[in-house]
Amino acid sequence: MDFINAIILLLNYIFIPALTYGSQLALGAIFVTLIYGILRFANFATGDMMSFGTMATILFTWYFQSLGVSLGVLPTALLAIPFGIVFMILYMLLIDKFVFKYYRHQKSPPVQFAMVSIGVMFVTQAVVRIIIGPGDRRFFDGEKFIIKAREFKEMTGLNEGLALKSTQVITIFVTIILVSLLFWFLNRTKTGKSMKAYSDNEDLALLSGIDPKKIVLVTWIIAGILATIGGALYGLDKSFKPFTYFNNMLPIFAAAIVGGIGNPFGAFLGGYVIAFSEILLTYAYKKFFMYILPESMEPNSLVQLLSTDYKFAVSFSILVIVLIYRPSGIFKGKVL
Amino acid sequence: MRKNLNVIAAYSIMMVLILMVGIFQSWNIALSIFNLCLISAVMTMGANIQWGYAGLINFGIMGYTALGGLAAVLISVDPVQEAWKAGGFDILMSLWLIVVMVLVIRFILKRFEKSKIRTYSIAAIIISGILLIRFSAEPGIEAIEAVDPAKTGFLGGFGLPIIFSWIVGALFAGGLAFIVGKVALGLRADYLAIATLLISEIVIAIIKHEDWLTRGVKNVIGLKRPAPYEVDLQTTDWFIKLVEKFNSGKLSLIENLSDRQAALNQLVIEGSSVFVKLCYSGLFLVVVIILLILTQKALYSPWGRMMRAIRDNEEAANAMGKNVVKQHLLIFILGSAIVGIAGAMLVTQDGLFTPGSYRPMRYTFLIWVMVIVGGSGNNFGAILGGFVVWFLWIEAAPISLFLINFFTAGIPETNALKAHLIESVPYFRFLLMGLGLLFIMRYRPKGILPEKIEIK
Repeated sequence: MDFINAIILLLNYIFIPALTYGSQLALGAIFVTLIYGILRFANFATGDMMSFGTMATILFTWYFQSLGVSLGVLPTALLAIPFGIVFMILYMLLIDKFVFKYYRHQKSPPVQFAMVSIGVMFVTQAVVRIIIGPGDRRFFDGEKFIIKAREFKEMTGLNEGLALKSTQVITIFVTIILVSLLFWFLNRTKTGKSMKAYSDNEDLALLSGIDPKKIVLVTWIIAGILATIGGALYGLDKSFKPFTYFNNMLPIFAAAIVGGIGNPFGAFLGGYVIAFSEILLTYAYKKFFMYILPESMEPNSLVQLLSTDYKFAVSFSILVIVLIYRPSGIFKGKVL
Repeated sequence: MRKNLNVIAAYSIMMVLILMVGIFQSWNIALSIFNLCLISAVMTMGANIQWGYAGLINFGIMGYTALGGLAAVLISVDPVQEAWKAGGFDILMSLWLIVVMVLVIRFILKRFEKSKIRTYSIAAIIISGILLIRFSAEPGIEAIEAVDPAKTGFLGGFGLPIIFSWIVGALFAGGLAFIVGKVALGLRADYLAIATLLISEIVIAIIKHEDWLTRGVKNVIGLKRPAPYEVDLQTTDWFIKLVEKFNSGKLSLIENLSDRQAALNQLVIEGSSVFVKLCYSGLFLVVVIILLILTQKALYSPWGRMMRAIRDNEEAANAMGKNVVKQHLLIFILGSAIVGIAGAMLVTQDGLFTPGSYRPMRYTFLIWVMVIVGGSGNNFGAILGGFVVWFLWIEAAPISLFLINFFTAGIPETNALKAHLIESVPYFRFLLMGLGLLFIMRYRPKGILPEKIEIK
């Protein structure tokens, strides 16, 4: 019985939260990696682009709520996401047309692109804050829990409760569907394959008649979908605040690089690597050991490797270590 | 003279702008803008050395600024005796352990050939060392943080004049840059940018949460000043006489004696804070001028030529027998040390150390905007960038408020859109910075004052 309790404890406090957080990071990391692989620059506006997409989703959610449209137990935001995506893609294409296109034609070095993306970051941040303000916004509605901790305890008779929030299940489900669709697209369709070719060797791809304009367009469209869904899921699960989104850029970068930048599958896994290591290293295992160890050996400290204050620092340290010892990432980057 | 006309023109315009703030808003605001412009100028000089001279991208400016600020705390605050008694020994023990660990690792690295066993044993030493240090420092840290947590709860500093911290801040920042440079400088440009950005976040996380050293988010307030205090000035005779002399014309217009006294008191209060700010301006100006002379000398020296050669063509410079790795490390340390000075200056001016306020937008990206806008590779350009961007950063809100009111003049005050726009005035500064950066990068990619190298 104690053993099951211990397992439930880990599931509740480590596995499910890490899986959710990892999925959110993974979507962002694939976004970063696609931009890096095909447009060839580190996009410092990542977090703010995600917050722009989320903002559009929130505005549509409010609009639907005012109309009285809802999805019953599911959050209304799910209905608003497609509209948010359209807005996000339009915004990205606008930015590409007025900003990035020029440098692409100039064949500027990646550093210059990165600088330009910082300009885009400032502008996007301003736009988001001017439209929706810098405050905390919750836009979740519908049923909050699928299983409540108390109900679970009553049902199974265990000491430990297992709470399952609907946002967690939605996040994991949507991520699985989206990522499978994306990999199907990249590996099976002609456009996806030409994107791969373009990322591998631009000149060769151009010689074989691949249209660069189309590649760029499709990349931004996919990026817009990923950014909006990733951002909206994070906002549903926690809450929307522009500053948090800017900060989330850092673990997202970490995930993309740990997975090997330019490699979407690596980025996908990288998201989970970062999320799990953040939570595993900062969780206090005292209760866990109380269940599995005999009473005489019970620990009297928290058995916490690092205090939770260092959550972000964990992922950054992993990244720094990976950058130094395997700059191409755990899963060999830059192949797409 | 004629060659430098654009430099002189640009600086004159900048000075006129600041003077206009002084005349139309207040001298207090003008001087605080001017002081922060000077501090920003020091930061941009540091970033410019790295980016403009050597082409190294450092997105970790925030971390070095914070270390400079930490130096200001550690130098100027009086030591907390009880805290030292409570946990000083444990902390010193841990420090000693760290030194031993580093020495052992160095010894292993030197003594043994590269092999899997060596890598694993080093990893094992590091992990067990960290656990050991945590174990040995834990009671000490708890004891220190328990000493009067509302007021101290940390070890304090050395109780020296705060000016010394400007040098110590440079040393701290340079030390960190040495470590970061050793591990990260081999990376490609955009990887280096990300790595330095994340390392600076780690530094901030440590400063925020190691309360025994920095007091963390509880902040350190009331740091000693190198300048007189306003309250003291207001009761000093010579200062009151000085203010009286300056404003004798205005004061003589007031007939009533008690009214005149009240007016004088008001002027003394205003004058005292202006005077304090002027003291800071003087100190900062000295630093900026010294650094400017040094960096200009370096730029036109054989060393500066070598750095440009390395920046423009690394392989060729390497083939000419220049040690690229060593020079990169050197310039990374120098630039970061200058940023460290600026960090200490900033805390000195504010008189308080707030780890929570170090955010990458303000301390990393804004500084980069300054360097790019001002003109990388040109010291005068970098300083000008610091002035222009900081001025706009502060004045963006009033300017955009004016513009909003101007364009929506026909719309009544109660209009929802207008009210919303006026409410979000503070965020127009981001828009202004972003658009400014994008326009400069597109139409004047070398900045307002481009790099100009004269070959004699």
